[in-house]
Amino acid sequence: MSITLEAFTQYAPRSSRKLLDNIALTVEDRAFVALVGPSGAGKTTLLRAIAGLSSHSEGTLLIDGLPIHDRPVQDRGIGFVFQNYALFRHMTVARNIAFGLDVLPRARRPDRAAIQRRVTELLDLIQLPHLAKAYPDQLSGGQRQRVALARALATGPRLLLLDEPFGALDPLVRRDIRRWLRDLHDRMNLTTILVTHDHEEAMDVADTLVVMQEGRIVQAADASTLNAAPQTPFVMEFLGETLKFPGTVRSGQFVPDNTDIAPFPFEGPDGDATAFIRPHDVFLLPGAGQASVEKRPHFSNGLFRYQIVTAEAAFEMITPTDLSPQEMQNVRVDISRGKIFYPAAASEDPPKPA
Amino acid sequence: MKPLTVTGLGSFPRRRQTLPGFSLSLGLSLLWTGLLVVLPLTALLLRPWQHGLGPMIHALHDARMYAALRVSFICAFLAVLIDLPIGLLLAWTLVRYRPPGHRAVDALIDLPFAIPTAVTGIALATLYGPGGWIGAPAEKLGLKLTFSPAGIVIALTFIGLPFIVRSVEPVLRSFPKDVEEAVFLLGASGWQRFCRILLPALAPPLLSGAGLAFARGIGEYGSVIFIAGNQPFHSEVAPLLIVMRLQEFNYDGATSIALILLVTALLCLVAVSHLRRSVSSGLLREDGA
Repeated sequence: MSITLEAFTQYAPRSSRKLLDNIALTVEDRAFVALVGPSGAGKTTLLRAIAGLSSHSEGTLLIDGLPIHDRPVQDRGIGFVFQNYALFRHMTVARNIAFGLDVLPRARRPDRAAIQRRVTELLDLIQLPHLAKAYPDQLSGGQRQRVALARALATGPRLLLLDEPFGALDPLVRRDIRRWLRDLHDRMNLTTILVTHDHEEAMDVADTLVVMQEGRIVQAADASTLNAAPQTPFVMEFLGETLKFPGTVRSGQFVPDNTDIAPFPFEGPDGDATAFIRPHDVFLLPGAGQASVEKRPHFSNGLFRYQIVTAEAAFEMITPTDLSPQEMQNVRVDISRGKIFYPAAASEDPPKPA
Repeated sequence: MKPLTVTGLGSFPRRRQTLPGFSLSLGLSLLWTGLLVVLPLTALLLRPWQHGLGPMIHALHDARMYAALRVSFICAFLAVLIDLPIGLLLAWTLVRYRPPGHRAVDALIDLPFAIPTAVTGIALATLYGPGGWIGAPAEKLGLKLTFSPAGIVIALTFIGLPFIVRSVEPVLRSFPKDVEEAVFLLGASGWQRFCRILLPALAPPLLSGAGLAFARGIGEYGSVIFIAGNQPFHSEVAPLLIVMRLQEFNYDGATSIALILLVTALLCLVAVSHLRRSVSSGLLREDGA
């Protein structure tokens, strides 16, 4: 199922404050898209708009080429999983899952046995066949989450919308469930849009990441493009740990203000600029400068963390090599793999709300 | 902190309570309930048998008493039935639509709690009486609203309404918005949304409110006697009969009615809490919270 948004703007109820500002987004059929961004970026608002849950909007929102409100809810083929699951507490798990089928008009409703079969099938799918008769309050967070998913899938939607579905789960369960979700997406030919504030989760599961900030889409691309060519410092910072080094671009070279950091060639107009770099892209040039290096006790995933102390600043780098004491003396820092952003680009980046 | 495990009264866990003075507050509340609730009730249970079984059995053979009890119970029940939809509607309007002046309405709902029941009785009798604003046109249509059981039902409906509204309102207010949206997105019609999701969630508070309104209705005296007409075997309520028996110095008769009212009130409470439990499947956590 494809989704097209053009010049889509949504206002807060009874005010002219824009919750979504001039959104343009196309989601192809069978795509897996993650909406990412900090709290208040408008991710959930956008997801709810796509679900047809909001009003006060202008612009175009087409689902399979038709405005959302042109189709009755039952014909939209949209499954929605709420952040807090929104299960019906007075119904058993089985009744919860069957709800979307139970409320179909009689002419279209499958018979009792067919609904029962569908519920059993979905319970198997979410790997909770023994919990049909349990009530939502008796389930754990991960189980509720899967029941909510099964309920959304019962009517056979082709578009699945998930609002921070893994928020309340512990990290291990999160990873399991999102792999399982991805697998489900592929098997059932779904189009899936997922809201999350966790960029790693988004990169792990989605084909396309839509980075949002202050009601606007900053960049929409796949994970490797976002990593290789972030369009704004915000995208760069949002997608992982980032080090910043102010400096100037002068005659084809970026010269950091910090003298312990080596200048490197950069083609661009002369002027003030800032180099952004991931800690694992930092390298050391032993014996070439004045900075010293201290090993950090913390290391994980076979990586080592080092604290680099220069005359002006201290920061951390990550490397797979266990440095020898010689390599840790009188170093100069190589940040030539960093990205340069000019302040003009930075000022487009609105200040973060406190 | 260790989890709180209470195995019996004798083994209260020795841990710091949120409120200081645990034994003091427990003692005070036990004394309080003992003096104000248990002691009078026990007295009431014992008093009727004071003159032996004979007078009591004699007192219980009183057709007028049974008629009065029947009037009380049936009217209270009908009043609750009328209150339930109206109360639900009122609570719904207050919570969801917030119409202009909803604060005033909100305050007015509690009025039956606040004004003396005798005042209510006089006001209702004037309004629904033969010459009243509602009573006069109703009489033209052949409806006799006062000095009949209908009058009792009117008074009890008025008295019972706040119980329903105030029980339903908080539950309705805290009803999760996303659940309603989920119902909508799953394709349920407005009616299905109400019947399948909202009503089951509201059933426990509706029942509690109904139980309270019913209990209050059985015992209601002040607001009823002005409008009821108080004809024996027709529109005489049980509490009034107690007063009359006392005025006749017929203590056995009075206490026997009181005993029956007490026992039925207790049975009502038990029935309501049982019913509440059975409609709240899934809504109450297993630890009873």
